[in-house]
Amino acid sequence: MSLGRYVLTRLLVAVPVLLGVTVLTFSFLHALPGDPVDAIIGYQSVSPETEASIRAEYHLDRPVWEQYLLWLRDALTLEFGRSPVTGRSVAATIGRRLPATLALGGAAWLLALAIGIPAGIVAAVKRGEPADELSRVAALAGIATPNFWLGLVLLLVFSVRLGWFRVIPPDAPLASLAMAKFMLLPTVTLGTASAALVTRLLRSSMLRELEAGYVRTARAKGLRERTVILKHVLRNSLLPVVTVAGLQLAFLVDGAVVVEQIFSWPGMGRLMVQSILQRNYPVIQAAVLVIGVSIVLVNLLVDIVYAVLDPRIRY
Amino acid sequence: MSDRRPTTERGRIRIVGFDDADSSQRDSDGSPERTDAGPQSPTGATGATGAAEPVETELEGTERHRLADAWHRFRRNRAAMVGLAVIVVMAVLAVFARPIEVSTAEYTIAIQPVSLVPHDPHQPAVGPANAPPSLEHPFGTDWAGRDQFARVLVGGRYTLGIGLVAVLLALCVGIPLGAIAGYFGGWVDEVVMRIVDVLYAFPFLVLAIAIVPILEPIPVLGEGFWTVVVALVVTGWIGYARLLRGEILSVREREYVTAASALGVPDRTIIRRHVVPNAVAPVVVQATLNVGTVVLAAAALGFLGLGLEPGSAEWGAMLSRGRDSLAQGHWHITAFPGLAIFLFVLAINLVGDGINDALDPHRDVSDDRRRMR
Repeated sequence: MSLGRYVLTRLLVAVPVLLGVTVLTFSFLHALPGDPVDAIIGYQSVSPETEASIRAEYHLDRPVWEQYLLWLRDALTLEFGRSPVTGRSVAATIGRRLPATLALGGAAWLLALAIGIPAGIVAAVKRGEPADELSRVAALAGIATPNFWLGLVLLLVFSVRLGWFRVIPPDAPLASLAMAKFMLLPTVTLGTASAALVTRLLRSSMLRELEAGYVRTARAKGLRERTVILKHVLRNSLLPVVTVAGLQLAFLVDGAVVVEQIFSWPGMGRLMVQSILQRNYPVIQAAVLVIGVSIVLVNLLVDIVYAVLDPRIRY
Repeated sequence: MSDRRPTTERGRIRIVGFDDADSSQRDSDGSPERTDAGPQSPTGATGATGAAEPVETELEGTERHRLADAWHRFRRNRAAMVGLAVIVVMAVLAVFARPIEVSTAEYTIAIQPVSLVPHDPHQPAVGPANAPPSLEHPFGTDWAGRDQFARVLVGGRYTLGIGLVAVLLALCVGIPLGAIAGYFGGWVDEVVMRIVDVLYAFPFLVLAIAIVPILEPIPVLGEGFWTVVVALVVTGWIGYARLLRGEILSVREREYVTAASALGVPDRTIIRRHVVPNAVAPVVVQATLNVGTVVLAAAALGFLGLGLEPGSAEWGAMLSRGRDSLAQGHWHITAFPGLAIFLFVLAINLVGDGINDALDPHRDVSDDRRRMR
């Protein structure tokens, strides 16, 4: 099958997955104990008329499948209703929070790759030598350090004691210098574990590839060691790293939930934690949907990259 | 030439027990869904039906051999043994820190009567609040005057319990599904991988945040332990299934699989004998390392105040007031639970590394080759 057809198939396959994600997210309000209308109203006490109007507004008076279709239609037009706690539009809230998380996660991911790929190559090539041991110890420490703990310690040392950074984000636009400076600590906190994971994964997959026959062939035909490593081995070794890129994204989102809480970063993670403590279920539902759909789209990309990197793999 | 008896033991592919029909007794129990595909027995195929049962007997032998080799290699790995020792010590301390009792309406039975620490971890005001470490309280006391030493030791019960149970349950789901999907491909693969993809779209903490309010009112799941485990298993198995499938996609293209298939070996046997053993090593390593990840995730949940009930002696929950206590200068409240998590996850990673090296049978050979080069 050609690459083009593979990509097309993969795109078509993403449709049922996206539907699955929406069905699961839709079920959330209904899986909560009690009447879904209570989940939407929250703690307010309302008159029966208001309740009836909310029931009608959220189509809760219809059969479930019809509710789902109407909810899906609303979701496609980014109409998530209003927050029962703040009264503001849920879509607007998420639209304000999402860029902050994207900036933080993107910066952390770049940091992870910038550290992880060179470190992984060096560790694999210099196997057993001090450079390998050093990268091993550093990677182990990076993985084993709980990010919430690291965040607290960094915050204490650099923001509270040394005063180099602000304790809470400055009141500035996301793309400003002050924000970029503040983002440094959260980025390091979030990126450390990912960098360690990339390092380890790349090291172990490169070690496996180094034993393959084609490496001996490449060396035997007189290629420079640099070419063998960077062109032949690295290309094949990146496969497992690419496969977990989707998992890494989920990992980063998890990290962001925690890190945003520590650094009061106004992103999706903090929004979700705040919402769950306020029992603000419509916001949680919308946030889960946005995160779920984003991750499906990234996984789609990963699968296509996977196929480009390894022509043996086709459905 | 042709008067030699036909044999299947020629050349590189040794097909043991292939023609042998008289040892087919022991595997005829035919359990339909074998989920014993753990690190120690990389099988994980479907039902035990079909004609080539004898392979099973021979397999047991080679399996044990392989495991003995792996254990031998593992034991020579000093870092891994240190990690294992740390885990064992932490487990022993967690179990024997305080007595474990089962209470019914009439009487209380002490399952484990040993008590290594004098204070009850849940008893407030056993000392002054926020006291720094002393002889009486080696790890100091927390904001409510509870003994931190007892809390950190007993907290290991939650951590070890959640880590072990969640990873094992996730493996039991992930390995069989991943193996079947990767080997057979087609619509089976489609269905399994679409389910994986859907669940894959929800990161652990996001899913946990959504699951907690749903599971919270169910009494059996109370206190959060099983809520946390359920969230971890639902998000955990897909990683193993996907990883194993990815490995199998390239393993099944190898010559020995084609050869075995051409020789008429049933799929079930090919999966268990040739495909999964050659593809499972990364999954085993991943699972071991995931015990650490799972522990960190559970602690993160506790830190956010969403995991076990607030005030329970879980390491993450103990850190949930960390920001305040750090700002007030009470370093010991954050330091010891954090250190406990760090040590445990570090130890798990050392063990995972050791297993990685031990399961790589070409290692010694290749080391020698490299030296000669």
